[in-house]
Amino acid sequence: MASAAAAATTTTATHSSSIRTHRFKPSIHLPFRFRRFTPTYPSASLLAISCTISTRDPPDLRMDDNGSSTPLQRPDSFGRFGKFGGKYVPETLMHALSELESAFHALAGDHEFQKELHGVLKDYVGRESPLYFAERLTEHYKRPNGEGPLIYLKREDLNHTGAHKINNAIAQALLAKRLGKKRIIAETGAGQHGVATATVCARFGLQCIIYMGAQDMERQALNVFRMRLLGAEVRPVHSGTATLKDATSEAIRDWVTNVETTHYILGSVAGPHPYPMMVREFHAVIGKETRKQALEKWGGGPDVLVACVGGGSNAIGLFHEFVGDKDVRLIGVEAAGFGLDSGKHAATLTKGEVGVLHGAMSYLLQDDDGQIIEPHSISAGLDYPGVGPEHSYLKDIGRAEYYSVTDDEALEAFKRLSRLEGIIPALETSHALAYLEQLCPTLPNGTRVVLNCSGRGDKDVQTAIKRLQL
Amino acid sequence: MAIAFKSPITGFFQLKKNNPETHSFLRFSTQRFATPARRFTPMAAISTVPTVGLSETFTRLKKQGKVAFIPYITAGDPDLSTTAEALKVLDSCGSDIIELGVPYSDPLADGPVIQAAATRSLARGTNYNAIISMLKEVIPQLSSPIALFSYYNPILKRGVEQFMSTIKDVGVHGLVVPDVPLEETEILRREASKHGIELVLLTTPTTPTERMKAIVEAAEGFVYLVSSIGVTGARASVSDRVQTLLQDIKAATTKPVAVGFGISKPEHVKQVVEWGADGVIVGSAMVKLLNEAKSPEEGLKELEVFTKSLKAALD
Repeated sequence: MASAAAAATTTTATHSSSIRTHRFKPSIHLPFRFRRFTPTYPSASLLAISCTISTRDPPDLRMDDNGSSTPLQRPDSFGRFGKFGGKYVPETLMHALSELESAFHALAGDHEFQKELHGVLKDYVGRESPLYFAERLTEHYKRPNGEGPLIYLKREDLNHTGAHKINNAIAQALLAKRLGKKRIIAETGAGQHGVATATVCARFGLQCIIYMGAQDMERQALNVFRMRLLGAEVRPVHSGTATLKDATSEAIRDWVTNVETTHYILGSVAGPHPYPMMVREFHAVIGKETRKQALEKWGGGPDVLVACVGGGSNAIGLFHEFVGDKDVRLIGVEAAGFGLDSGKHAATLTKGEVGVLHGAMSYLLQDDDGQIIEPHSISAGLDYPGVGPEHSYLKDIGRAEYYSVTDDEALEAFKRLSRLEGIIPALETSHALAYLEQLCPTLPNGTRVVLNCSGRGDKDVQTAIKRLQL
Repeated sequence: MAIAFKSPITGFFQLKKNNPETHSFLRFSTQRFATPARRFTPMAAISTVPTVGLSETFTRLKKQGKVAFIPYITAGDPDLSTTAEALKVLDSCGSDIIELGVPYSDPLADGPVIQAAATRSLARGTNYNAIISMLKEVIPQLSSPIALFSYYNPILKRGVEQFMSTIKDVGVHGLVVPDVPLEETEILRREASKHGIELVLLTTPTTPTERMKAIVEAAEGFVYLVSSIGVTGARASVSDRVQTLLQDIKAATTKPVAVGFGISKPEHVKQVVEWGADGVIVGSAMVKLLNEAKSPEEGLKELEVFTKSLKAALD
């Protein structure tokens, strides 16, 4: 969706088919367009194929408990999505966060930066990623009378490094360069974000330190080797429970200590403002491409979007473009681990309570004392006790729906997609796929479902070998 | 709060040191948390002078030309009864304010020593109710005010108002919340002031001057100057930047300023006092000492010696 010409064509098509026209404002500035969600005249907005982003300057009001007149304008100037989000960090980081926010806004209007980012996404990452019609999977969900939904996969697994994570890592690395910071740190759970970060650091010649829970390093030994091969230093984190939450805490501590020289490439739509907003914008390309591709393929838009949610970056990346399209269902699927009542799960939105973790207010898995509870999921990438604040908000206002599936259901889906489509999905993605079992029987004939195939499953075969009898 | 207890007695510090230790056994027999058969160190004292709040403590010290000594320990490490004893040791060895850390599973602002202390404490089953019960027993026996150091989530979980009212009831005077910067303090400040809890705010070497001014304006009790860029934990020396930072803060406010993070030796204490600090906070070094001792009793003894050595550097 690069050229202005393409954008213009798309616009005309949208207009003529009058599908959600008022929401569709094509932009060639992919990752940086902030939707204001102020009602606009459809025709006027269609004509405005402008390259500008709205310099975000929302009214100086705090959206406390019961909402404001523009509930979809998010986040506000405090980094709030309703009551969620914010900046709950040690004072030492506050200046760096403001600096980051300013740089982000400045670069949104920087043509050179946009061009560079777009070029790297195209030639290095391999965007755009295909929107693939999963014919045999669709067949699988057909009812006896031959009716059923049509299932499409947004193939983020085909990106360089095998997952959506690289979209954000590339953009943040470019941002770090502009900030003059040559030392990069990141946290990783499954290792996908760590690999993506190590990759972009190699590509841009930046020093790279990845914090990873000692336990996760064992579970994901292959990714540890990948990161080291790419020149990154992988630091094991032994504190707490030695998993993703502790790796994140340790990365934040490193940042507190080295803030003047270091940029922290946070890997999800979590953490303090501006990260949830920034990471969302860097992944929003997923939804934007989907809209364009849907239009090309069937002259319309999707009816239902499905994505897995750990921190929630791939889901927000797909959803963001469509949040204003009220008739598009947004479905996030969390990890129910051994089951919601087992106490061993990572279903934060389904079972969590509101609290503050890693800089943001959101739903959390916590005990009666407000101590964070260690989650469980077979998928290391979903094994996180928090969730992005915007998901908490979308849940509370009822705009998105969140469900959960167990380890076993995810493993079944892992096998199913491999066999039906010749695509081995990541275990994270397998959660979204598993939810189709419940969803598809309820959908009217011809409903178009787009599922974010967020990552490939090669990294997970070691885990799957232990659990799957083939 | 402080004003309510304002007492005309000026011989406050002399008094508390000479307090008899009678009744201490009686008080302790009623405690609800587990007390092993351990005896209690005779320096535990019952305060006969109502304890005053943080800012009032600084005011009194200033009149005497003194600097506040503020030790920190983590509640429940190695166990709550040792914490109770440690509070009394710190109090009787001349601490002016005591900071007590509430253990949290994800202490972002803490270095390895205090992180590990929190993990040990939680692993032993320390919880909020047990800490509150312990404080209810111990605070009346102390002459120095207690400031709790707690991350935000445990406070939110109780409900900010409920939390403030509970800690006020047991006699806590101040609160430090290291992961809530100025922008997010609105509710905390409102509830703290409603309940007479002094909410201490932190300023750091990365805080721009304009922002620092807003922070010191809102701070209560004292201004907590973080001496170095980083998390808590002992450091070899105190950064020269602290001198300038102190001057900047002093130019912006008359509120007392205490320096913390990385202060671990008598030399450090002397240094920051020379630079004009009104108080000195020592944390990780205390926690480390309690942890590395062969037994809790040993730890308490070492704590006494160490506290006295730091306190001596202030005189």
